[in-house]
Amino acid sequence: MIRRLVIAILGLALLGGAGFWFLTNPALLPPPALPDAYQPDLANGEYVFYAGGCSSCHAAPGAKGEAKKLLVGGLSLKTDFGTFHVPNITPDPNTGIGGWSAADFVTAMTRGVSPAGEHYYPAFPYTSYQRMKVADLIDLKAFLDTLPAATSEVPAHELGFPFNIRRGLGLWKLVYLDGRPFEPDARLGEVANRGAYLVSGPGHCSECHSPRDPLGGIDRGRAFSGAPSPEGDGRVPNITPDPTGIGDWSEKDIVDALKTGFTPEFDSFGGSMVAVQENMAHLSDTDLAAIAAYLKSLPAIPSAPAPAAAQGG
Amino acid sequence: MKLRYVAAAAALAGILGTVGAIAADNPIETRKGVMKSIGAAIKATAPMVKGEAEYDAVKAELAMRVVANGAAAAPHLFPAGSETGGDTEASPKIWEDMAGFKAKADTFAADANAAVASAAGGLDAFKGGFMKLTGNCKDCHEAFRIKKQ
Repeated sequence: MIRRLVIAILGLALLGGAGFWFLTNPALLPPPALPDAYQPDLANGEYVFYAGGCSSCHAAPGAKGEAKKLLVGGLSLKTDFGTFHVPNITPDPNTGIGGWSAADFVTAMTRGVSPAGEHYYPAFPYTSYQRMKVADLIDLKAFLDTLPAATSEVPAHELGFPFNIRRGLGLWKLVYLDGRPFEPDARLGEVANRGAYLVSGPGHCSECHSPRDPLGGIDRGRAFSGAPSPEGDGRVPNITPDPTGIGDWSEKDIVDALKTGFTPEFDSFGGSMVAVQENMAHLSDTDLAAIAAYLKSLPAIPSAPAPAAAQGG
Repeated sequence: MKLRYVAAAAALAGILGTVGAIAADNPIETRKGVMKSIGAAIKATAPMVKGEAEYDAVKAELAMRVVANGAAAAPHLFPAGSETGGDTEASPKIWEDMAGFKAKADTFAADANAAVASAAGGLDAFKGGFMKLTGNCKDCHEAFRIKKQ
């Protein structure tokens, strides 16, 4: 009897292990197909570089001006799950991504899987980048290849159990990564849909402006309604058209803010939004207006009340 | 002539003295008020720079003087003991790096004084002074402010 029980338990454990192994396979979700013959458009790649704000995280901390194009990494992101260290994505073949093919890059950006076949942690916002057009991604990689290379060794992420088991991210991805490209919303016009693409794909705005659930996935029902700062203290503002968000901003106010870094009341942007805004300022007036049109089309969601401990006194 | 300078200097000393006294009393509320007055001054001037309103040199100079006074007061508005409370959005980094913070405040004050001086030179001259000045806002807020709402 006991022997049969032991066998049954072992069998279940084996099955569970096999199930875990199957479900967490980084190759479970196949990457999007690449076009057969494609000549990368470097000018568009540079544009996508600014739309995506790669330098906000990948430039050396505190870098300004031209130094923002040296994407050596090194920024530390302290989160509830541990500390992530942003990697080198310069064209350096050893410590950067110079040795990557366009296919490697597309797989990393849309599936969160490295060329070595390992899961990336979602601190790298591939849940947004999966919506990007393959052509934009190939153009971006071609542009990144033109930027200066540098060698830098970035420390390994410092995560506690169970978050330090990379393979386990496969389970997280089952819930939070669907692999679908951007689909225009039939209820929105062409302009707002262009804005939706920029916001939800390269711009990855919801990664900071949306609250997250306890597993670190974006709370889609409350998207863009503001969130505790991922850097710890403080809050990231609500950017829905609610009175607690930016409901009293006009589309022009939004465009002006992204261009100049000033709110309609002439408070200035601060914190990590400064780097984001300085990248967004490179976008065309048409695209900034598209972003504004999309933000104004979002459902108005009131900000969550601040937790009592965070209130001043 | 000399007398007018003396009177102006005395008045200015009075203003700074008042700011000092209020700041000592409630630095968090004082600095919030100073920041708001700077924002209002920029708001009053920006339409002229953007070409949405006619340029008025007197208005521009007056607004820039408000900013310059705020900038001069800024290093005194973050005394030890005012790190927390009152929903302050001041980052602890101000006190961790007071020298770095004061260096930024000095640049801000110098750019604000240059903007005051540029107002009399016409719109194009003022644009230069204004743009250089307003770059200070996010430069300092990037490093030293934590948004709370």
